[in-house]
This record gives sequence, C-alpha cells and structure tokens, in this order.
Amino acid sequence: MATSERLVITSTINGEERTFLADSRDSLLEALRERLNLKGVKEGCNNGNCGACAVILDGRLVNSCCVMAAEIEGSTVRTVEGLATPEGLAPLQQCFLEEAALQCGICTPGFLMSSTALLAENPAPTDDEVRFWLAGNLCRCTGYDKIILAVQAAAEQMRTLKK
Amino acid sequence: MVATPEKPVYKVIGTRPIRPDGVDKVTGRAAYGADIVLEGMLFGSILRAPHAHARIVRIDSSKALALPGVKAIVTNADFPRQESGTLDLGEGTANPKWLVDNVLAGDKTLYHGHAVAAVAAIDWHIAEEALALIEVEYEVLPFVIDVKEAMLGTAPILHSDLRTNVRARGVDTPTDRETNIAMHMRVEKGDIAAGFAEADIVIEREFTTSQFHQGYIEPQNGTAYWNQDGQITVWTSTQGSFAVREQVATLLQQPVARIKVVPMEIGGGFGGKIPVYLEPVAALLSKQTGRPVKMWMPREAVFQATGPTAATWNRVKIGAKKDGTLVAADVELCYAAGAYPGSAVGAGVMCALAPYNLANQRIDGFDVVTNTPKTAAYRAPGAPASEYAVESVVDEIARALDIDPMVIREKNAPEEGTTNSAGAPLPRIGAKAVITAIRESAHYNSELQGEDTGRGVALGFWFNGGMESTSSATVNPDGSVSLILGSVDIGGTRASLAMQLAESLGVPYEQIKPQVTDTDSVGYTAVTGGSRTTFAGGWVAYELGQEIRKRLVERAARIWGVDASTVTYSNDAVITGTDKDGKAQQFTFDEICKRFPTTGGHVAVTVSSRKNTTGPAYAGHIADVKVDRDTGKVTVLRYTAVQDVGTAIHPAYVEGQIQGGAVQGIGMALQEEYWYDDQGRLRNGSFLDYRMPVANDLPPIEVILVEVPNPGHPYGVRGVGEAPIVPPMAAIRNALRDAIGVNFYHTPVTPTRILDELLPRE
Repeated sequence: MATSERLVITSTINGEERTFLADSRDSLLEALRERLNLKGVKEGCNNGNCGACAVILDGRLVNSCCVMAAEIEGSTVRTVEGLATPEGLAPLQQCFLEEAALQCGICTPGFLMSSTALLAENPAPTDDEVRFWLAGNLCRCTGYDKIILAVQAAAEQMRTLKK
Repeated sequence: MVATPEKPVYKVIGTRPIRPDGVDKVTGRAAYGADIVLEGMLFGSILRAPHAHARIVRIDSSKALALPGVKAIVTNADFPRQESGTLDLGEGTANPKWLVDNVLAGDKTLYHGHAVAAVAAIDWHIAEEALALIEVEYEVLPFVIDVKEAMLGTAPILHSDLRTNVRARGVDTPTDRETNIAMHMRVEKGDIAAGFAEADIVIEREFTTSQFHQGYIEPQNGTAYWNQDGQITVWTSTQGSFAVREQVATLLQQPVARIKVVPMEIGGGFGGKIPVYLEPVAALLSKQTGRPVKMWMPREAVFQATGPTAATWNRVKIGAKKDGTLVAADVELCYAAGAYPGSAVGAGVMCALAPYNLANQRIDGFDVVTNTPKTAAYRAPGAPASEYAVESVVDEIARALDIDPMVIREKNAPEEGTTNSAGAPLPRIGAKAVITAIRESAHYNSELQGEDTGRGVALGFWFNGGMESTSSATVNPDGSVSLILGSVDIGGTRASLAMQLAESLGVPYEQIKPQVTDTDSVGYTAVTGGSRTTFAGGWVAYELGQEIRKRLVERAARIWGVDASTVTYSNDAVITGTDKDGKAQQFTFDEICKRFPTTGGHVAVTVSSRKNTTGPAYAGHIADVKVDRDTGKVTVLRYTAVQDVGTAIHPAYVEGQIQGGAVQGIGMALQEEYWYDDQGRLRNGSFLDYRMPVANDLPPIEVILVEVPNPGHPYGVRGVGEAPIVPPMAAIRNALRDAIGVNFYHTPVTPTRILDELLPRE
C-alpha cells in the first residue's frame, strides 16, 4: 500500500503562481482537477492512452495522468483554461467552433493542448503531420476530419497574424 | 449535396451556426458529470469480480470499514428486493431484478469485472485502498463466453430460472428447461422454399463478429445526494435523464417525483449511457453517510462492465436469379446478450434484409446469455452485425454472377411501398437515391491504383425512432426566446432543435437560447438515442413554434379588436391583418413581443408529444483499401459515406455524425475487439489494447448527403447518427476480397487474420 503524505507544491499555472496542498499519490491530473479545480483537464483513461488530460508542462506536451503532482514544483503548466485571453478565444479555439470540430467535447481540451504544442513547434504542418501529431488523442465522435481542418485553419490564421 | 426538387426553401435549416455549448467546451468550462463538486462530498469506488462466473460465498467488509476515512460500504443486500418486471428505457428495456444484480452482483458474479461492493471514503485514494481490504470468498463456476457454445444443452447455465421466451410461431425451441437462450424470435414473409426453388444460384455463409465497445472518451460517472427529507438528487452524464430517474426510482423503490436527475454535459454515449451503473450505488452510499457521494469509473471498468455490443454468430443464405434478382433469404442471428438477457437482436432481425426488396424471407433471432458484460445499445444497435453478413453474401453473389456490386443493389433496392421484413409498407425512402449517388460519385468512378488494392461497397439501414419529447419556450418582450429541452445534448441537439424552432417561428437562430434542464424542470422526454432527437425532438420544436405563432396571432387580434382567424403569421414572422376600423395592420415578431407587458405578459408554451413514426434512413459506403502482404496491415486509402438524411438541419453536424459513425465502423471492421483469456477474463480493457482508430489510421471521410425528405416529419428530417456505422464492416470486408481475393467471415479483420490467410499460400 502506498503511503500518503501531504505535499505543499508551488508552480506557475496558466501564468499565475499557485501554492497548493496535494497528496503524494496525486497525479498531476488529479492535482489539477481535484486540488486546483481546473476541471477542463479531462480524465479519459488515466494511463496515457487517450490524451484527454494533455497539458503543456514547461513547454512540453504531456499527459497529466502520467506525471506525478510532486514533479511540478517550480514548473510552469498550461491547461485549456489558459488558452483564451480577455480579448477573446485563441485561434485554435475559434477554429474548432467554426469548423464544428467537436461534438460531445470531452476530448476537445486535450486536442486543443496537443494542437497548441504542435503549432508552436511546426507552424505550417501538412495534413499528415497533423494526423501523426494528434494520434495520441482519441476522439470518438468526429472521425477526426473536422479537427484536422480546424487545426489547419488556425495554423493559417496564426501565420497571418505573425506577418 | 444532392437535393431533391421538392425541398422547400428554408432560412435557418441548412445553415451552419456555431453550437450554443461551443465556447464552454473549448475553454474547459463545460461541466461534465465528473466535474461536479459539492460541499462534504465523498468519493465512491467499486470492487469488481476477478472471475468470469462465480458464486459469492461471503463478503467481509470489516477491515475496509476500519480504515480511517472510509464512511460506508454497500453490497447488493443493501438494495430493496426486486421482482421481475419491465422498465422501458427508450432504447430497449430492463428487468429491475437483473438491473439491480448488474449494478451490484446478487448471489453470483456473472462476468469478469462484475461489481461486487462499493465504498465511500473522504478521498479517492482511500476508497481505492479500502477495496483491497474487502474480503470476498468465491466459489468459481464453469463459464461460457461463446454464443454458440452457450446455446448448447451442455453449457454452464447462468440463470437457473431462465426459460426461452418463444415469440416465433412454428418453431421448436424448448421452453421447459434450463437454458441460456432468453428469446427466440422469427420474422418471415413470402415462401422461402418456393423462392429458393426459383434461384439459379444460392450462397450460404456463416459469420462471426467480436464484441465492440462504444468507446466514449468520458467514463461513466454518477453523483448522488440523499437528503434528510428523502429527496434524492443525481448528477450524471447520461443520454436520458428520465431513463436514469426511472431506473434509480425502481432500484431504490422510491417515488419517481422524489428523484431529481440533473443531466451534466455528456462526453459521448453512442447508446452506452442509458443503463445505470453508478447512480443508484452513489445514492445508497449517500443515504448511509448523509453526504453527497461522487463516483466515476476507471477506464478498465468501463471496458469490463459497461455495455459492449453482442458478439454474434450469423448464418445467411440468399438465392438469386442469373440476372441478379434476389428471390429468397434465410437468415439466422445469434447474439450474445452478456450476463443478462436483452441484446439488440430484435433490431438486428428487422434490419438484416432492409436494404433489399426481397419477397421471400425468414429471419430467426436468438438472444443468448453469456459470461460477458451485459450488452448495451451501440449506434444502430444490432444492425451492423446482421447487415454485415447480408452485405457480404450479396457481394459474393454479385461476384459469382459477374454483376457490378452497385448494379445488383440497385436492381433489388426497396422503394416507397416495398414491404419490410415484417410486411409493413415503407414510406418514401432514399435507398435508390443513395445508390444513384454512389454510382455517380467521383470515388466510385475513379481508378484504383497499385498492387493489393481493392474497392468494396455496402449498404446500411436504420429506422430512426420517434418516442416522447417535451420542450418549453418562453418568448421574452425583447423578442428573444428561452428554449428548455428535455433531451440531453450529446452531439448538437441544442443547436438542431433551436434551429427547427427558429425555422418554425421564422426568426433568426440567434434569437433562440436553448438549454437542457433537469427532470424536475421539464416534461418527460425519452433518451437521446436511436437517432430520434433531431427527428422527434425537432418535430416537437416545430410544434412549439406553431403554438407560439398561434398565441402571437391572438395577441395581435386582441390589439386590433378582431377575430384571430382574420390574422395571419408569415414565414418571415410578420403578423398581418385588418383592424376593427378596416385599416391594414402589421407587427413584426419583435414589435408584437414589445407589446407583451400591456397585453397579458410573456408567452410561455410547452409541447409534449409522442411520435410513433420513424425516419427510415439508408446509407451506402465505398471503401478503397491496400493490404501490406508482409505485415497484414490494411490501409484505408479512400472512404466515401453516402446517406439519405432527409433534410440536413445543420449540415456540418450531419457530416460530423456520418464521419464519426463511419470511423467507428472502420474500427469494428479492422481493429477493435474484446479478447478473453482461457479463464474468461477480459485481457484488453484499455485504450492501448482495445485499439480505436486514431487520426493517422484514417483518410479523410468524404461525405455525400442525399436529401429525400421524410414525409413523416414537418421538415423532412430522418435522423442521421445511426446508419453510418452499419456499412463499414461489409464495405471493408468486400474491399479486402477485391484486394487479395480472400473472403473473410469474421470481423474485425486484424493483421493476424490477414496473415493467417496469406502466409500458407506464399
């Protein structure tokens, strides 16, 4: 039986420094959802196979169910709650809406975080590159087509914005 | 999009507005079942059986209860006793006695992962720890997984009181002895002996399909609070808030009105989120602790214990003349219901031959219990397996007669007036229009490139049901309309119902604000399932609009001092008439609404209606595949899904439903299946090992919408979601035959199965 210990963790979550109490057995997914109430991080499988809990940890895309909360001391975490700004939705969010890239929406936060990480690394991916990158995210409603279209539409918008 | 000439011009229908729940879903604010947080909330967890079939000798919870932080433990014995009966869940029925034993096992566990006991604790880690401290003594029993073995007289018996319920006339299934065959049904028309006598060619084949899971990404969840005054509130992700209320009330033997079910956002269901699993258990734990209890399933439990489809064994014999005319069919379908009776074999029977006008036919269906999880509905429940078998045999007939596979289907296509398998005439349907669209499509007319490539086609049918729906609307003085829906929104129904109300009223979609509400706040509404919601729920939204129009006309008539019958409401929402002085008058929608405060207040209307009709829908898919002879890997090169959708309310959502359904079918065709070991334990209860298609497994799914309006709906809607999962298994199987010359009789056709066929020959 795992022993339980209370941990005080400080990290930067969506741009704000947060100090919170966690259980030593908490995954990052559990800490974000249950300790910090960031319910946009979704649990689909709790073993790294569905991508619904994807977040960006120190610039890297991770499945938060496969990271321990104890590991994020001093780290920077970005979740779906951190994508929009007071000015409005991020291009990816807007394009997911416009392209009807979601139905039930449970996988959407994970897809948005994976796509954010993709476009940060590769601003002009081919369709095959998008499909390959998103292969770690399961969606059971859409058949993926409209998600690919949305990511490409957002990529184009973001490239235009940069010019 | 292929449109028929009689399609009216619509203003809202056919547009693509952004979904009302969209912003919450892309910002993470949408609240799903597992997102609920209540003060003092406990966390519940379930202990599951390690055996396929066992008698529970003893459960000792004392050590678990002694663990600090554990507040309560419940077992089946904590539920009130249940008598046999029938609960109507909308998409299927449930027997309360079996339902309670599935929720927490009674004297026996009937499958690996069957729930045995439940714990509530102050923290989910403690609840998990407590499970390990519950001692259960089992007497392990012989088990049976395979449907054909389960039908034998020598098979281990799951339920000693089960007897075959024979619904078929003239059949000799014994009814007086212990059996695993819960039901035998037969549907027939014409004279199959005479039909086969006319045939120039008869092909008879046997097929098996594995168990498939709906694979919704959100695991089942349920939170309950049993208040000190006896009122029970349940928060859950469900396709039917009223179906949950009915089941919880029955299992807890509480008055229906004492239970409020709050439907949270639902992360996929596909039929699997209609039966209850956790909600009644959470309620019992709450009653014992006086605190709200939240439960959610680990993914492995979702695979082990929530409804997959039936594994099936099917025999199909079809006779045809040389010119391709199908003259007779004899079909036998055996579906493994899982631990308790109630597979979708009935719909399998009714859909098996639905793509054909076939005069002489007999279809036998058997519902069989096995030591596997109780099956639940899954998109066009029952239809994919039976139609796969039929579409495979028709393909073999076409090949044997050297007829193009779409030509043989066109020759035998049903049309308005053709009788279905039960002898009832079909209304206007789009089967022929779908076939024509396929034959004229760029895909069907393209050349296949490369070695070991092949093309296959298949048709599919689904009814699209009616049933009860309720909607309420309040028209506000500023012209906006608050729409309250009883149907939970699983993939866009808020938008599709609001669009039909907007069309009915003649106002812009943006003026309608749709909202799903709890069971205390809206009239009874059946499940969101069977592709009934946009069809029947949309019909109710249309009627709601018509009733509001009537009320607004009455208001105008009162203002003008004339009889309402002299006032008209145009489809542009302009009310015109002549006042009592003979002067022509008109109000726009917004103008009449502004007069509400001085003419009797808001207009609030509720429509509750049961629709007994259906919206029969036909789909046809084209699949191009390439087989890698070294690895057995199949690549889907190109895929087109054609479907008669009646009228596409929101074309982007319609396309999305079809693409999603087709991809689930591709998963069934090539890679998804349950694996049991020699002890009857499920060995692949994870998303890693139960391999659902991911983005790079697939080509784009091209969609061709055919619109043959349903005469049984004010806007011609047919319902969309179910039909697209039906054709893929056969379309891909037939494409594999074209590619490598092998007819497969089991699905999925995994790389191993392909290599099994290819290796001995090379």
